[in-house]
Amino acid sequence: MPEAPPPIKATKKMKELMAGHFLGLDQAAREGRPKVAWCTSVGPAELLHAMGFAVYYPENHGALLGATRMATEVIPTANAAGYSPDICSYLTADVGAFLKGVTPLTQAYGIASVPKADVLVFNTNQCRDVEDWFAFYARHWNAPIVGVRSHRGLGAVQDHHVADIVAQFKDMIPTLERVSGNKFDIDRLRETVRLSKECTLRWRRVLELAARTPSPMTFFDHTIHMAPAVVLRGLPEAVEYYDLLLAEMDQRIAQGIAAVPGERHRLYWEGMPVWGRLRMLSDLLSEGRAAVVASTYCNSWIFDAFDERDPFDSMARAYLELFIVRDDEYKERYIHQWVERFGVKGVIFHDAKTCPNNSNNRYAMPQRLARSLGLSTLVLNGDLNDLRLFSDEQAKTNLEAFVEQMEELAA
Amino acid sequence: MKLAAGIDIGAAATKAAVLDPLGRLLGGAVLRTGVDFGLAGARALDEALAQAEARSEDLAAVFACGYGRKNVSLATETRTEIAAHAAAAYHFFPRALTVIDIGGQDNKIIKVNDQGQRTDFKMNRKCAAGTGAFLEEMALRLDLPLERLNSLAREAEDEARLGAFCTVFTATEVLGKIREGAPLSALVKGLFRSVIKRVLEMDSIAGAVVMTGGVVAHNPYLVEMMAQELEREVLTPPQPQLAGAIGAALLALRSREQAR
Repeated sequence: MPEAPPPIKATKKMKELMAGHFLGLDQAAREGRPKVAWCTSVGPAELLHAMGFAVYYPENHGALLGATRMATEVIPTANAAGYSPDICSYLTADVGAFLKGVTPLTQAYGIASVPKADVLVFNTNQCRDVEDWFAFYARHWNAPIVGVRSHRGLGAVQDHHVADIVAQFKDMIPTLERVSGNKFDIDRLRETVRLSKECTLRWRRVLELAARTPSPMTFFDHTIHMAPAVVLRGLPEAVEYYDLLLAEMDQRIAQGIAAVPGERHRLYWEGMPVWGRLRMLSDLLSEGRAAVVASTYCNSWIFDAFDERDPFDSMARAYLELFIVRDDEYKERYIHQWVERFGVKGVIFHDAKTCPNNSNNRYAMPQRLARSLGLSTLVLNGDLNDLRLFSDEQAKTNLEAFVEQMEELAA
Repeated sequence: MKLAAGIDIGAAATKAAVLDPLGRLLGGAVLRTGVDFGLAGARALDEALAQAEARSEDLAAVFACGYGRKNVSLATETRTEIAAHAAAAYHFFPRALTVIDIGGQDNKIIKVNDQGQRTDFKMNRKCAAGTGAFLEEMALRLDLPLERLNSLAREAEDEARLGAFCTVFTATEVLGKIREGAPLSALVKGLFRSVIKRVLEMDSIAGAVVMTGGVVAHNPYLVEMMAQELEREVLTPPQPQLAGAIGAALLALRSREQAR
């Protein structure tokens, strides 16, 4: 095996940023100011920052529960409380952990619990589960809950869709003003939208570097380094972080450092990560010299539409243009473009048992893409968080056989 | 003369095959895997070597496949059982194929093009319904020795319809049929049909069909039922349970040739 690449130095900075993020939220929750808003991953974070909230993302906490493999331990507690094992395992892990009084934030940062929400703000562009998830906490804390009920399955994003979402954003403002104690200020919103745009531009550039051969980063690196784009967008720290990361990647490219030494195969990952098995999957594919160079998941934090000149409309458009909100025809075109641009020869579809909206294999898309693009596809059955639904041995055999097949076809 | 060997360590059985440089089978063995994969592999190889009247020094390469493939210290390299079954099937039937392997805990459908390259494959999902383990469980519930399943299914005049997906629920369904007075042979035929259904819902079928694996080796009537279901001929290689081991040995031979 060729030597593994040196660790990415920017990771240290990212860890500091994440620590600052969680410690800041913990302090805010304890002191009661600034007020804490819970926000879904692609909820209106810009609006919440503009209103002066400390913004907390439970989906990120869900991913932490998965990555630390606490999820599988706590999910049964939520199941026993009536949350089905078939629904979102971010939800069941998060609620289960809360009911058990545990969080990975304790081990990582010495924080006793997730920050208590003063308001919960959802956007169902991901799924309906986020609303049910937030409703659990809204009932528990008797906290106000507001949100956007998004259109889904869109072909083209049209003006009337945008207008509807904008109206829903504006409907939230009185509640947000009341909870935060701050008046809405359009200029502050413009500034957070501008910062989100700066962040997203850089994040897109990071992802696009993987189009190079060999790729300097893989999907597995992206799942780690996306954290600032997820939880700090709208803030200057995220922009600074990606400048740092991009500079380091430029250096690595100049030095010819490959994320997968001896890279022979280039893959696309469609669907959620298997958070508790990132290392195993990454090592396994690296052994087969296969680099996952692009993914739908990490691309989900690219928001091209943000424009501070038109903050509401552009936010609405950005949140509606996302892959997950679109119809299959759009999704296939999208994957097609990334596959061609990144020189991808194989697509892994992760069928996450508890996440239908991110499991795009279920309506024969792998078969259609294999036919139209002439590439190999694999469906990996598993889950984002619930490792009871993931078989290590089957996954290993599937991935190894997939790489063998690509090797045979390349020969 | 340098030989090649393949060891297939499956969830239920471990198989070994020794081939001559032309890919002809000189010796083969099938043992229960047990809990020590390395030991099972070594024993199976010893037995296959003895049958081939060869010694381990005669082996130029040993490839291992199957769940325990990484536990075989004797193996010079490993391949997945998917690669191995495809190689064996194409060796015996060199044309575009769909290979159906029914193993102890895994089913696989593997597509091979007319050049012998794999183009696609599917494994059963986490559930073991429709695998050898399913039939073993049912035989236990019906208090039947496994060896009797094939003859019972063949002599059945009727077939019990079983709808459940899950092995445990199928057992419940079978008990219900027994209460209704269904003959044992009809139940076993229904179980065979259930295996076929589970397999065919995994993927589409294209080209010639080859079935491999232990379940097929012990239950040739299942192959006949599959042929009826598909309305086409279904091929089986000689000693279908050895297909994985033979395929691994063939891949070892191929690798030696490429290295030259």
